[in-house]
Amino acid sequence: MVTNPYIVDDPAQNDFRLNRETLVDPEILKLEKKRVFNTCWIYAGHDSEVSSPGDFVTRTVAGRPVIMTRDSKSGMRLFLNTCRHRGAQVCRERSGNTKRFYCFYHGWSYDNDGALVAVPGDDAYPDSFDRSELGLMQVPRFEQYKGFWFVCFDRSAPSLDTYLSGAKEYIDLVVDQSQSQEMEIVTGVQEYDVEANWKLLVENSFDDYHLHSTHSTWLEYMKDAGVNVKIPKGKGLLLPKRGVGKNLGNGHAAIDSQNFRGRPVAAWISIYGEKAKSLVEAAKRELIERLGEERAERVANTNRNLFVFPNLMINDGSSVTVRTFWPAEVDRMEVTAWALGPVEESPEMRKVRLDAFLTFYGPGGFATPDDVEALMQVQRGIAETVNEVPWSVMTRGIAKNGEQLNSDELHLRTFWRRWNELMTGNMLSAAE
Amino acid sequence: MIMQKGDDERSAVEDFLYHEAAILDDWDLDAWLDLMCDDAIYLVPPNEAPESDPEDTLFIIADDIHRIRSRVKRLKSPDAHAEYPPSRTRRLITNIRILKSSERELTVTSNFSVHRFRRGGKGGVYIGRYVHRLQRVASGFRIAERRVILDAEELGALGAVSFIL
Repeated sequence: MVTNPYIVDDPAQNDFRLNRETLVDPEILKLEKKRVFNTCWIYAGHDSEVSSPGDFVTRTVAGRPVIMTRDSKSGMRLFLNTCRHRGAQVCRERSGNTKRFYCFYHGWSYDNDGALVAVPGDDAYPDSFDRSELGLMQVPRFEQYKGFWFVCFDRSAPSLDTYLSGAKEYIDLVVDQSQSQEMEIVTGVQEYDVEANWKLLVENSFDDYHLHSTHSTWLEYMKDAGVNVKIPKGKGLLLPKRGVGKNLGNGHAAIDSQNFRGRPVAAWISIYGEKAKSLVEAAKRELIERLGEERAERVANTNRNLFVFPNLMINDGSSVTVRTFWPAEVDRMEVTAWALGPVEESPEMRKVRLDAFLTFYGPGGFATPDDVEALMQVQRGIAETVNEVPWSVMTRGIAKNGEQLNSDELHLRTFWRRWNELMTGNMLSAAE
Repeated sequence: MIMQKGDDERSAVEDFLYHEAAILDDWDLDAWLDLMCDDAIYLVPPNEAPESDPEDTLFIIADDIHRIRSRVKRLKSPDAHAEYPPSRTRRLITNIRILKSSERELTVTSNFSVHRFRRGGKGGVYIGRYVHRLQRVASGFRIAERRVILDAEELGALGAVSFIL
């Protein structure tokens, strides 16, 4: 039983504290599944993963086993992967193309529009048995924004478009990298566990304060490769280029900084090799022609980590990564991460993109394993010490009026405030 | 017992793979770099697509020789937090087979289980197979390509590949 509030939020007193119980109490996780994951829009997958009729992928979304598929008319569907008869999963492959989903337990089968099309020995059922009511169950709401598909289990929730609020601007910046306005998920999914509460990865995924201490070996690698990672002079600056933290509404937030680390579209760095230089420059020219000088510069030369509440990160930096995570237990999450690139990208540039991805991200990258270690160390540090050390401090930047840096903590507070509203039902009056 | 040419070659390859395993378990990473060709590559493909190509597929690790050297430099630093203090590892290598053999190089596959131990318990067992492409040199062999194929359907509880697998 949690007696203290989840957060203490008092900007007038320059105070913001987080109750560590929120990261260790299994009862809070139960409540989160109900009040957060069952009411918000949750990322399910990308358009490009099922491009032709009959294509499907299976995965777990918001804890549920689902089948994401293109039906016979090319419509996107998200079915719960459970037979209407006695419950077994009707599709066990990771991905493929099919006209039928078949339950091997008693032999019921469904077409890819979800209709129940075969029931062995159906003459034993009473007259009231109605196949048309026993199709695969679709999720209540399934909507997309620019190819990113989300599910919502609350029928009365606002539309995805409304929900995304200011996050749309940042998705637009990702999609604008593609001449055709179409991005695709690259083959090669990264699925790994982190033995930590899921909310610690929300914080970590756009916490630029930790870059210098946690990722010094990565900065060293960049420096060795000829990238300028010197910290400029200026109050509070901790990173090679200036950046800001932003509240995007509805709990979404972003950090947004001038590029220093190189971008496949379209800011060349020495690590890409001389051969790639002209290709990156051509990508930049294409952006300028299509979007104009100012917008092209925004797309090509800023790094943005977008957090879509409650569990999607789209990090658009050295490469674009789409990352989502699910709390299997209060102290263990399952992470799924993909690389995203323009559909029309040349093989040469795709190679550069994937290479750039791996220098930082993923379970074999030069940075992500240290993040995983950090989060595990937090969980171990707090698990049995909450009585003696009940609060975490999250006040960086809180005394400022106006713009907050990416190494401040406004964006983290934005997440926690929305989380607190959903968990308690109390809308906060405090604004920052 | 009559020794065939093939037995000699396989013994030499076995010795080489056992030597590589020993220096990795000892964290003698500079000695490991000395086993590499100047254009060596080190690959860990994604669990879902073990036979794929790093040019069009997102791998877990796809290092050219420059990044192999950078990886070693990083792992020798106390700031490589995921590997500080360094994991204890023990590699068991079996089922060694020479798949291809020419005057210049050999392709060798072997099965491995790599046991990892960390203080406080977070370790794991990595099971899979190596495919080594070895170049013949005067002193024996050098590694041209080292592909580490994991059998698990996903990395899952193993969490990361933060040491040299």
